[in-house]
Amino acid sequence: MTRTALGALMSHWRRNPWQLAMLLAGLALATALWSGVQALNAEARAAYATAEGLLTEGGAATLEHPAGQMAEAQFAELRRAGWLVSPVIEGRATLGAARVTLLGIEPLTAPPGAGPALAAPDLQAFFAGQAFAHPQTLREIGATEMRLTASEAVPVGTVLMDIGQAQRRLGLAGQITRLTLAPDQPADLNPLATLAPDLRLIAPGEGATLDGLTQSFHLNLTAFGLLAFAVGLFIVHSAVGLAFEQRRAMFRTLRALGLPLRQLTACLAGEMLIFALIAGALGLALGYLLAASLLPDVALTLRGLYGAPVPGALQFDPLWALAGLGMTLAGTALAGAQALWRLWQMPILAPARPRAWAHASARGQRLQAGGALVLAGLAVVLALAGSTLATGFALLAAALLAAALAVPLVLSLGLRVSEAQARTPVAQWFWADSRQNLPRLSLALMALMLALAANIGVGTMVASFRATFITWLDLRLVAELNVTPASQSQAEELRAFLAPRADAVLPMLRVDATLAGQPGQVYAMTDHATFRDNWPLIAPVADVWDRLAAGEGVLVNEQLYRRAGLTPGRATLDLPGIGPMPVLGAYPDYGNPLAQAVLTEARFTAAYPDSPIRQFAIRSATPDALSAALQDEFGLSSSQIVDQAQAKALSLAIFERTFVITRALNVLTLSVAALALFAALVTLSGMRLAQLAPLWALGLTARQLAALELARALVLGAATLVLALPVGLMLAQVLLAVINVQAFGWRLPLQIFPGDWARLGLWAMLAVALAAALPAWRLWRQGPAQLLRVFAHDR
Amino acid sequence: MHALELQALRKSFDSAEGTVAVLRGVSLVLPAGQSLALTGESGSGKSTLLHIAAGLERADGGQVIVAGQDVTALGDAQMAEMRRGQVGLIFQQFNLIPSLNVAANLSFQARLAGRHDTAFTQMLAQRLGLEGLMRRYPEQLSGGQLQRVAIGRCLAARPALVLADEPTGNLDEATGDAVLALMLELTALAGAALMLVTHSPRLAARCDARAHLRAGLIEDAP
Repeated sequence: MTRTALGALMSHWRRNPWQLAMLLAGLALATALWSGVQALNAEARAAYATAEGLLTEGGAATLEHPAGQMAEAQFAELRRAGWLVSPVIEGRATLGAARVTLLGIEPLTAPPGAGPALAAPDLQAFFAGQAFAHPQTLREIGATEMRLTASEAVPVGTVLMDIGQAQRRLGLAGQITRLTLAPDQPADLNPLATLAPDLRLIAPGEGATLDGLTQSFHLNLTAFGLLAFAVGLFIVHSAVGLAFEQRRAMFRTLRALGLPLRQLTACLAGEMLIFALIAGALGLALGYLLAASLLPDVALTLRGLYGAPVPGALQFDPLWALAGLGMTLAGTALAGAQALWRLWQMPILAPARPRAWAHASARGQRLQAGGALVLAGLAVVLALAGSTLATGFALLAAALLAAALAVPLVLSLGLRVSEAQARTPVAQWFWADSRQNLPRLSLALMALMLALAANIGVGTMVASFRATFITWLDLRLVAELNVTPASQSQAEELRAFLAPRADAVLPMLRVDATLAGQPGQVYAMTDHATFRDNWPLIAPVADVWDRLAAGEGVLVNEQLYRRAGLTPGRATLDLPGIGPMPVLGAYPDYGNPLAQAVLTEARFTAAYPDSPIRQFAIRSATPDALSAALQDEFGLSSSQIVDQAQAKALSLAIFERTFVITRALNVLTLSVAALALFAALVTLSGMRLAQLAPLWALGLTARQLAALELARALVLGAATLVLALPVGLMLAQVLLAVINVQAFGWRLPLQIFPGDWARLGLWAMLAVALAAALPAWRLWRQGPAQLLRVFAHDR
Repeated sequence: MHALELQALRKSFDSAEGTVAVLRGVSLVLPAGQSLALTGESGSGKSTLLHIAAGLERADGGQVIVAGQDVTALGDAQMAEMRRGQVGLIFQQFNLIPSLNVAANLSFQARLAGRHDTAFTQMLAQRLGLEGLMRRYPEQLSGGQLQRVAIGRCLAARPALVLADEPTGNLDEATGDAVLALMLELTALAGAALMLVTHSPRLAARCDARAHLRAGLIEDAP
């Protein structure tokens, strides 16, 4: 019996292959976008785990010097005192054709980890210069004299080698970057604070971990994936709902013939399960391809922004596939639940003809309006009271859902007004008929509105960010040249050489520090017009530059200012080795995930005397000549001298790359929404004949009717676009003023880009026209023959 | 001038069994202001003939003249214009426009044809007993009410020719009789000719003339 019933139910899809195709496509695309994003996140997180597990399993405490380096002798002292510590050196170097991170370890003292495990089988070879790198890094390096061995256990962009070899290559003999502590230490040792008071103990997971730094990036990606998934589910819900309406007569007949309701419901659920499995598998394949194509850009972004070593090639993870399939099943259940519920509630003698949707859904409209109001209220409450990233996203979700629910109501109102204004009978029919068919299209239009609003919102946010970023870059990168010395001694020589030749030589000194409980850095700033005239400041105290020069306080970056609530003039910031310092102002610091504080060079060098000069910002009227002189005198490589244009280009490239994936997901979401509309219009076109045939009989041509059908889709699309505009601006404002502040720590001004909206509008209208073109074309070409069938049924 | 003149109409359809000739040279004349009942068994071609007369379908051969105009070779646009201006159609399934209320449905074709006369439409609504239903939508009406709206819509446009395909087929006998009586009376009032397709000899007997279609040809009425 079940098989027979299932066969009868399936016959609907055989007769409506387009509808089935749309259902499967919607589900597959939703799965693809969601699982694609998840694959990217999983790949990145696996890379972070690889990076963190390279030196120690499960993480280990480390000892670091604020200056970033320490003498190797300190390692020996602590070992003699009984502490189980192991030295590590880390630095950037050019190997072959690539700039890589050299990571030197001492395998005999290192705690258990993936790195020491690589060295263990042949220690002699390791000490003699064998090094390990990720296969991708090997490809990037190309030909080199080093003995490099491929290993997936080493993060991309890193070369693991013996510490002695690394010190030599980095020109840092006798220096180390940090000490790792074995998890289990002997008892009754002299405390570290006594033995090495200048070193900072950093517990596992503390400090700037990749997971912590990149959390916001991944959360944003997940949010976008979820939005795309939701848009895809609109298609599924719409297709399942329409199929339910079309099969009402069949349900009644099956039940009248003796099929129990329970079994009928089970058959319908089974049918959806089959579709979910087919579409889920298809979606996973598409998701994998999508993730594989986007991963190189995501990897570059994560490397550029956070220094996260993410490989550019995707690995297949069965767990990811299972999770994706689970999401598809859950989504299908969600999208089909209403149809199953309605079937369960349907009396056996329910009218066989499809309901007159517009009138029968009046109660639904009231519920929808109520839901929209509740969600809008929730959004207002969250906007006023929320203060975390999670509440920020909840605010976005509530506001977007409220707006989506309101779309059919507002459109219905607009159509009613237009109908009242119509003067000709065709116009009157056009508006009335559009209103009557609105419930059948409303889900697709809601999906379209969400996609358009997301495009406008995210596009406005990115464009606002871009405009602000470029202005900020112009102000921040005023130095004509940036020179990176190879060592401290070279730094001193460079300073002496540059002093008489440049207009200003501004050294960059930095120490790592924990600032207001956050991983961060303290910088030194020379008192100079370069900063006084150009650095934009947020809420500075009076005479901020004079007070900073006098060493009376610090400037903090916007991230630290907002996250720690450091109001200039009132708050103080505790600096390691200095103590509390008044906060004098905050400065924008886009793209930096770390907290930052700036104090005058004199205070800095007094507090951190061993800190090396990492870079010079040089002001010069003749930068090209100076650059040439530096190369002649010191043999500096091109990577050590970066001019202003190069620095700006590099920063802009990183910025643009950051939003490649956002733009790609935007386009995909809009495509899914266009597909939703296409699915709805194609399904509807079969049901429209009975409504259009009388018009044709009364004297409208099939061509006119086809044009009116196309016009209807365009009018509804345009109206949806108009509604999406304020929703998109609201979304942009929330992204700029709430999400960005919570996720990244900076707040940006909202800027308006009507040109972008016009371009999006054209694309959207093109997508709508394409979606409506096939049904309209079919009506036009096959019109009279098809329309006449309606009257033939009269016989 | 005749409201409808059909000369040697031929029409065939392709089917699984081969080509089936439905009309094999039908000729008939319906004078202006007269009514004609077209009877015949199921599948005899009554509806096909009516569709061809209405310009909904094209004949394979022969000539169709509506209100003095030869419409046989008209293009789609001219055919649509002819339907708007000269022909009124009444169907068994009513075929009202579900998104418009009764008032809008009533005046729809008249406005489409550019000859909407509010007073005449109101008079029709009154005669058809639709005055209290003007703001209702088709789905809120009974079968008899729906057919009365369909008749009103057709006559409000003052067509030269009314073509009715089993207009009472979905109604009970009493309602059907009442609807037909109104249709005949109002058609006469509007000065239109009526061709009524029906199975019922009883209804056919109420028309001025009768024609019987058998095997694709008109034969004398039984």
